[in-house]
Amino acid sequence: MTDSRENRTRVGISFTVNGQPQTVRAYPMERLLDVLRQELQLTGAKEGCGEGECGSCSVLMDGILVNSCLVPILQAAGSSVVTIEGLAGGETLHVLQEAFLECGGAQCGICTPGMILAAVHLLNEKPEPTLEEIREGLSGNLCRCTGYSQIIEAVAEAARRRTTA
Amino acid sequence: MSSNSVVGKSVPRKEGRDKVTGRSQYVDDMVLPNMLFGATVRSQTPRGRIKTITFAPGIAWDEFVIVSAKDIPGKNCIALIGDDQPCLASEFVNHPEEPILLLAHPDRHLLPSAVEAVSIEYDPLPAIFTIEESERRSEIVWGGGNIFKTYLIEKGDVDGVWEKADHIVEGEYTTGAQEQLYIENNGMIAAFDAVEGITVWGSLQCPYYIHKALMALCNLPAEKVRVVQMETGGAFGGKEEYPSMIAAHAALLAIKSGKPVKIIYDRMEDMAATTKRHPSRTRHRTAVSKDGRILGGEIDFTIDGGAYLTLSPVVLSRGAIHAGGPYYWPSIRIRAKAVATNAPPHGAFRGFGAPQSLFAMERHMDRIARAVGISPAEIRRRNFLQPGQTTTTEQVVREPIDLGKLLDRALEVSDYHSKKQRFAKENQFGTTRKGFGIAAFLHGAGFTGSGERYLGSVVGVEGCADGSVRVLVSSTEFGQGTKTVLSQIAAEALSLPYENVIMARPDTLEVPNSGPTVASRTVMVVGKLVQSAALGIKQTLISSRLLGASYSADEFRSACEQYVAKHGAFRSWSRYEPPSDIFWDDEKYRGEAYAAFAWAVYTAEITVDLTTYSVRVDDFVALQEVGKVLHPLLARGQIIGGVAQAIGFTLYEKVVWQNGRMQNSQMTNYIMPTSSDLPPIRVFFEELGNIYGAYGAKGIGELPMDGPAPAIVNAVEDALGIPFDSVPLLPEDIMEALGKDGLAIAAQDSVPSRGGVR
Repeated sequence: MTDSRENRTRVGISFTVNGQPQTVRAYPMERLLDVLRQELQLTGAKEGCGEGECGSCSVLMDGILVNSCLVPILQAAGSSVVTIEGLAGGETLHVLQEAFLECGGAQCGICTPGMILAAVHLLNEKPEPTLEEIREGLSGNLCRCTGYSQIIEAVAEAARRRTTA
Repeated sequence: MSSNSVVGKSVPRKEGRDKVTGRSQYVDDMVLPNMLFGATVRSQTPRGRIKTITFAPGIAWDEFVIVSAKDIPGKNCIALIGDDQPCLASEFVNHPEEPILLLAHPDRHLLPSAVEAVSIEYDPLPAIFTIEESERRSEIVWGGGNIFKTYLIEKGDVDGVWEKADHIVEGEYTTGAQEQLYIENNGMIAAFDAVEGITVWGSLQCPYYIHKALMALCNLPAEKVRVVQMETGGAFGGKEEYPSMIAAHAALLAIKSGKPVKIIYDRMEDMAATTKRHPSRTRHRTAVSKDGRILGGEIDFTIDGGAYLTLSPVVLSRGAIHAGGPYYWPSIRIRAKAVATNAPPHGAFRGFGAPQSLFAMERHMDRIARAVGISPAEIRRRNFLQPGQTTTTEQVVREPIDLGKLLDRALEVSDYHSKKQRFAKENQFGTTRKGFGIAAFLHGAGFTGSGERYLGSVVGVEGCADGSVRVLVSSTEFGQGTKTVLSQIAAEALSLPYENVIMARPDTLEVPNSGPTVASRTVMVVGKLVQSAALGIKQTLISSRLLGASYSADEFRSACEQYVAKHGAFRSWSRYEPPSDIFWDDEKYRGEAYAAFAWAVYTAEITVDLTTYSVRVDDFVALQEVGKVLHPLLARGQIIGGVAQAIGFTLYEKVVWQNGRMQNSQMTNYIMPTSSDLPPIRVFFEELGNIYGAYGAKGIGELPMDGPAPAIVNAVEDALGIPFDSVPLLPEDIMEALGKDGLAIAAQDSVPSRGGVR
């Protein structure tokens, strides 16, 4: 989205966010990231690079992990989006959120929402991943603080808890 | 410490729950009513005189707020050490991306095209871009001779050692710029009110640096400037000094418009315009005896400071003091200088000069080992500093450190001896070569020399009527765990549960100046003050007979409640007092450089692929002595994260410069390590204890940045027999050194013998 005046007709777009139906008026090429953050006040998705490299804007769209900075809102019409805000059930944390807390998976926290959603996606695809599969599965999400080890340990721990629960 | 101790336990991170649920508020998550968005018009040329500024037609300029240097109410500079860096260039520009004009508009989408539509014509001036060009002085771009600062450290009779030497070993080592690459870009919001003055909220490390800069810029008294830290998404030094610039810009737009203004950099602007690690060049000349003992030497350490002074003198100081490594030098002469070029100013980055000079030292130790004909482990063992000996600044080592033991332990856990044998066999065949490298080093915690004395940090602890305890510090959290560890210290001092301690938000209206959050000083220096202020609370309650010598959390609550009811707010303050036995001579650069050092031996095991010329780190051991480990999980996280960042510095991250401008200011072409690029990083702590820090803790944050580069490059030399003396070391560098037929050449070199390729 560069210039709202070249593209000034807002259109109504309906989609589901964290289980709630939403209709927004937005420029068709506006980024899903901006609609989530600015229209819906869901600021958990972060902009780190704006070009799909860092993954800190990751959300789940119809169960698929996407960089919301690369998704025009038009493309999200009719879809079901899950953001970090939709992961915990009230005050009860998701098993991955718990594991990130306990294993030191979050330091500065800016990559954490995207990283946790990437991990949710990974565990949906591979409920019992090897460490190598975790490394590979999270390689689209950059973290500058942790060196990844404690994130990988958190994901392995969450997988263990889910399968033994 | 009792079994009820809070320190030494991995308690939950204070702000962890907000971080994993996405509730934490970073600056771009904050919205104020009627807020405008700001953008910066920057120089397109490295050096010149501004001739004309033209606003192209087709833009509704009357909708924009436009600020130039003429709108600055106070002094046009970013006050720090020197006042040479303008907030907005008015006549001359001295580097690409130097701020010239500011624009603000209610619609953030309109700003990029408006910035594009401002064209600036310059009378160009000749510019310089390298240390060598700066030294030649054919162009003087700063001061009288392009030199920001020099230091001379001298110990013993260096000039007399050369004739006694069996070997004289020389080497030159260079390191490149590195981008901090915090994942949260820089950002700031400012609001102005004639009565309240200016308030800024932002992503930052040092609230009081910004406070000082805004007072000078806006010509406002201290009480009319307020700086508030938002949750900060990584910093690594990159949010030490440049946030003052962004805060200044947001403040000027807010003052002129009368509305709140938010400035958020995008990734390209953040990478191109803000500070990076100083590029460096280090020359060593060392006299060594035939049994491998260092007799003396000369080190010439030079860093490229970019166009303005900023923090370069301090970076230079730390680099110079660390240049001799963890070794005993009977005599040494270290000449250090920071020079000016027409690049954007280089600045603070984890390690702060030490990773540069220690890369040189530890590469040079391997070169000395080869000259003498002993192993890299042995050359280090024979020269390690021992308790009672003195460092290059003649600081007596008082800690009972045994570096030989650290080395033995590192070699043991990395399985060095059997791996060396195995690699020697395996390297004779195939298309890969394996190598093993060592680096031994130290890192001083806290400000250098008299630094802490000048800072005079103040910390407060408040006993609240509800029995909770609030810690009042300007120390900031940006991932390292500041809030958590300082809370542990307060809880420990007051024998209270960790959960009863609250960290006040770093807001200059409320917290005292406990100094900047830099220099691995927070736990050791600020932590000690928190401990002492917390003890003040306890002593006051005991001497007021509201509390006995031992008490429950409930009795503490009741005592606080009574105290507050009778006397009002209950706060205890603690100010830094230098230990009486610390001596430092700023003129001669001699004495106790640091209150404590952390010590470390790191090892790297690598594979070089002779088909792709890439280097992969297969195993990494980080073994260190950092005093008491207050929070094992966070401490390990700091070490792993630092090693990862240093692996990036060594093997991946290259800033490509053209005429002083970064050409690859994107995450697509400036490559940091991903989860699939890194080895297991194995962390070991040895604890000696230290008398200075809170509960015996020393600094830890910067240490892991120092060792990986030399350990890895030493391992590459071990694998290929080719000495590389520069980082980053990319596949193309290895390809060039190996020549066209890399495999054949490497095969001949499987017994290390070749030298001097680079």
